[in-house]
Amino acid sequence: MNKRADPMLADPLKTPLQDLDVSDPRRFEQDCWQPLFKRLREESPVHFQAESPAGPFWSISRFDDIVEVEKNTEIFSSEPTIAIIDPPPERRSRMFIAMDQPEHDIQRRAVQPVVAPKNLQEFEALIRQRTAEALDALPEGETFDWVELVSRNLTTQMLATLFDFPWDIRHKLSDWSDAVTSDERMTAGQGLKQEDRLEIVMEILEVFTRLWHERVGDDVESFDLIRLLQRDENTANMVDDPMNYIGNLMLLIVGGNDTTRNSMSGGVLFLNEFPEEFARVKADRSLIPSMVSEIIRFQTPLSHMRRTVTRDTEFRGQHMKAGDKVILWYCSANRDESVIPEPETFHIDRSGVRNHAAFGFGIHRCMGNRLAEMQLRVVWEEALKRFCDIRIVEPPTRLCHNFVRGFSRMPVQVTRY
Amino acid sequence: MSVIKFIEFDGTEHEVDADVGMSIMEVAMKYDVPGIDADCGGGAVCGTCHCFIEESAGPLPGVDPQEESMLGLRPDREGNSRLSCQIQVSDSIGDMTIKLPEFQM
Repeated sequence: MNKRADPMLADPLKTPLQDLDVSDPRRFEQDCWQPLFKRLREESPVHFQAESPAGPFWSISRFDDIVEVEKNTEIFSSEPTIAIIDPPPERRSRMFIAMDQPEHDIQRRAVQPVVAPKNLQEFEALIRQRTAEALDALPEGETFDWVELVSRNLTTQMLATLFDFPWDIRHKLSDWSDAVTSDERMTAGQGLKQEDRLEIVMEILEVFTRLWHERVGDDVESFDLIRLLQRDENTANMVDDPMNYIGNLMLLIVGGNDTTRNSMSGGVLFLNEFPEEFARVKADRSLIPSMVSEIIRFQTPLSHMRRTVTRDTEFRGQHMKAGDKVILWYCSANRDESVIPEPETFHIDRSGVRNHAAFGFGIHRCMGNRLAEMQLRVVWEEALKRFCDIRIVEPPTRLCHNFVRGFSRMPVQVTRY
Repeated sequence: MSVIKFIEFDGTEHEVDADVGMSIMEVAMKYDVPGIDADCGGGAVCGTCHCFIEESAGPLPGVDPQEESMLGLRPDREGNSRLSCQIQVSDSIGDMTIKLPEFQM
């Protein structure tokens, strides 16, 4: 669905590899990225590209190579940023995803309890209730946008719950999430300019600084992320270091939002593309947890992460120099036929279904992975109780973005039992 | 062949015969012992096969830096915490008693 050739895009199989921009976001928008990455895995798995809107970079496209790079944190650093583009040094916010050990571990440990499965059990009933309400409110017999009414709505509610964010302005969290990942150099010119993005970042900082000061020392028994940072001695004064505070806020807002939102939409698409799998999970809902892992693999909501080479090194026969950018293409790893049999098939109970690359590997592996899985599981448990069909009635609109893989619109109709 | 006793967080016990050469994680998966996720399949890069070694007949292999990195992020780490994918069943280790954590993440 939604596969169309764009005459502006070079043929990924006939064009010399050195003339192709691996990071071109239009291939993701048009969902025609797969052949290029298959070619890279076969012909040039550690591939250097000299020019791109983000400058020169290496592309790592095989599953096992990505694991190796992520293990070697001394040579492949997460600092100064995990984005393909470099922010100017004075605007460099500091987030633990873009830190190496030991600072990374200290900051991550402070916020990790909020997404520990023990804490999530407390949240599950609330999430289920809110999911049920959102699904019950969906119109029947008319077309609506699943992205807006389900995916965006539910993930915004969840994020507001995790931050104990003012409920009436919770929509800001999703707007902010969209804004902070938006950059014209990652979106074929469609994204925000740096100045506009900075304005939004300052707004986030202002709101969250106010929330911090309102809560500090209030002794309210809550496991929201702000109070968790305040209670941990290593992060208790984070508000005094605004670039660190804003960095981690942006990380948690994006990490807890875009990714789950787009997997929630992706699942609907895959079940429409693979109707026999839809029939199987409707007949046997015990397949839902396994299907959730397969949805996350198939969607791979973040296409890549970046590392930066700390000293000249050789990797798989290629000479990398200190300062080189290395892009780990998770989307490609998740279609690597040497690790995942028939990777282009959506197979809800495939063997080793949890062994996918979408969460990354090593110390930076997605911290909220159990939260994401739980949210998706609850959505499908509740949706399949209510709907015998969720039919896509027009091709979805995908994001023109080389980092966030997702949808801006997905027109569907539902049929209740 | 060694005997491994897995004890789930709720106290449920599973005593199984383990083949030499398999990792503890693989033994748990083979016998469908709940409580180990093993998301990365055995590479010490996910931390979701965490367990506590309560007893072993012989000495255990040391913790390498990769395993240490992943264990270091576990909120429920104890002195006997290990990644079960990093310990191969062997005649020198012999029988083991292994407790499983409340959750994996």
